[in-house]
Amino acid sequence: MSVSDTKRTVDAIWRIESPKLIAGLTRMVRDVGLAEDLAHDALVIALERWPASGIPDNPGAWLMTTAKRRAIDLLRRNKLRDRKYEELTRSAAMFTEEDMDSQLDGEIGDDLLRLIFMTCHPALSQEARVALTLRMLCGLTTEEIARAFLAAEATIAQRIVRAKRTLSARKVPFEVPAGEDLKPRLAGVLEVIYLMFNEGYSATAGEDWVRPLLCREALRLARMLAEIAPAEPEAHGLAALLEIQSSRLKTRVGADGEPVLLMDQNRTRWDRLLIRRGLAALHRCQQLGKPYGPYALQAAIAACHAQAAAPEDTDWVRIAALYEALSRVMPSPVVELNRAVAISMAFGPAYGLQIVDELNREASLSAYHLLPSVRGDLLYKLNRFEEARLEFERAASLTRNRRERDLLLARAAECMNGK
Amino acid sequence: MIVKATTDSEAGVKPSQELLDAMLRYNEELAKAGVLLAADGLQPSSSGIRISYPDPGGKPKVMDGPFTEAKEIIAGFTLIEVNSREEAIEWAMRMPDPHGGGQGEIELRQIFDPEELSANEETQQKIKGQFKL
Repeated sequence: MSVSDTKRTVDAIWRIESPKLIAGLTRMVRDVGLAEDLAHDALVIALERWPASGIPDNPGAWLMTTAKRRAIDLLRRNKLRDRKYEELTRSAAMFTEEDMDSQLDGEIGDDLLRLIFMTCHPALSQEARVALTLRMLCGLTTEEIARAFLAAEATIAQRIVRAKRTLSARKVPFEVPAGEDLKPRLAGVLEVIYLMFNEGYSATAGEDWVRPLLCREALRLARMLAEIAPAEPEAHGLAALLEIQSSRLKTRVGADGEPVLLMDQNRTRWDRLLIRRGLAALHRCQQLGKPYGPYALQAAIAACHAQAAAPEDTDWVRIAALYEALSRVMPSPVVELNRAVAISMAFGPAYGLQIVDELNREASLSAYHLLPSVRGDLLYKLNRFEEARLEFERAASLTRNRRERDLLLARAAECMNGK
Repeated sequence: MIVKATTDSEAGVKPSQELLDAMLRYNEELAKAGVLLAADGLQPSSSGIRISYPDPGGKPKVMDGPFTEAKEIIAGFTLIEVNSREEAIEWAMRMPDPHGGGQGEIELRQIFDPEELSANEETQQKIKGQFKL
């Protein structure tokens, strides 16, 4: 096998194995930065040896053994406490490929779960959590992460280094939070995945409307989390939400890269497989028998849309009720705005406008482009074209996404014709 | 990942407990990595139907199974979503030997990117608009 062939295969193996490697090594050395370095060292050794020796039958176990040896060398050099060193030698000596296999079955899932709780730790900024999670759990390179966020590679690299340093300095434990801590910490993990997806789904800045890489990785993480934390209803809720949102990814962009809104999308091109997976995940969430949390509720709303063959078949009354429930578990002006849209669809634009006008007094929404955008739409439907035009123009001036701005200006122009 | 049929799978011989366990473990590993989209085993071709079009423009011919040539028959499939050809190969290499006995065969096929489907620029533009990611 040539060196470049090996490199490509090793890259693939890295993507598959690195989260498990880093998780397993973090359990051993209790420092995620060090664990990543060790895993990386093992990868470099593999790249040197495998072109000649061929790829071992169980590359994951090979990498793990090699990384563990490096860990022991390192600890020996650093003359770390004797006891820890002994512990490590013993575990490495007992370590065989069979252990690795059995670890893959049970332990490894737990380690991955501990790792994601670590990379999404509240000691880190939201941006750092997303970058670190993409790096450790998705096996993405700094360059790939930078490209996904349209950021300079150095910025992301620094963000990751700093995050690892913070985790190390704060001695953040490698564990699944227990008791009262679990709920808020799990919510933190779900939020990181959700934000990652959203950043890809409706890019807040830049030229493009969607960034598929972020959506894909977030969906993969959500699926992973539902597998390794199957008793958590919201893990399934988030997976369901992202599966269903992803089913529409391909129809959200028109031929010239412009956004296509939900009601205008070609529903025959929605991905049925992903919708089915989403409904199945929602069903699993329901089976756990607890009241729906915010993600499950949003998934249930997305499911209503997914199950309507045509826009006019949409069960808006149910959607309005689900938004009502959502506004109770997760009160927010944005949810309220969405409820207004659902109400207007279910009972007429005038009812929706009432809610929106109340929201207009909300200071936190003053820079939120969707508020004037929705208000403009409702006014348009009520034939109040001049007011609608002003709202669309205002919305256009507030969005940072060029594609979305074009769309809003086009709607403003429509108002001129409507009059 | 398409699993080809074998004499055993065509004869309706159920997989051994050992193979079933290995498959379950493998699917779980795919799911835990977040790459598994769908996986199913298919009944033998004796319960299958084949529709062929021997005369262009003519009526299709409907034929009941079983069909011969086990290697041309599919016994199961696993749909995964990965970032590269190498990653797909790597996962496929980890799939347990489907039916043993020296006949096991797995074929890897890639799902078309819809924009690859047409050479016509206008159609391409249309497909791109509706599919492109």
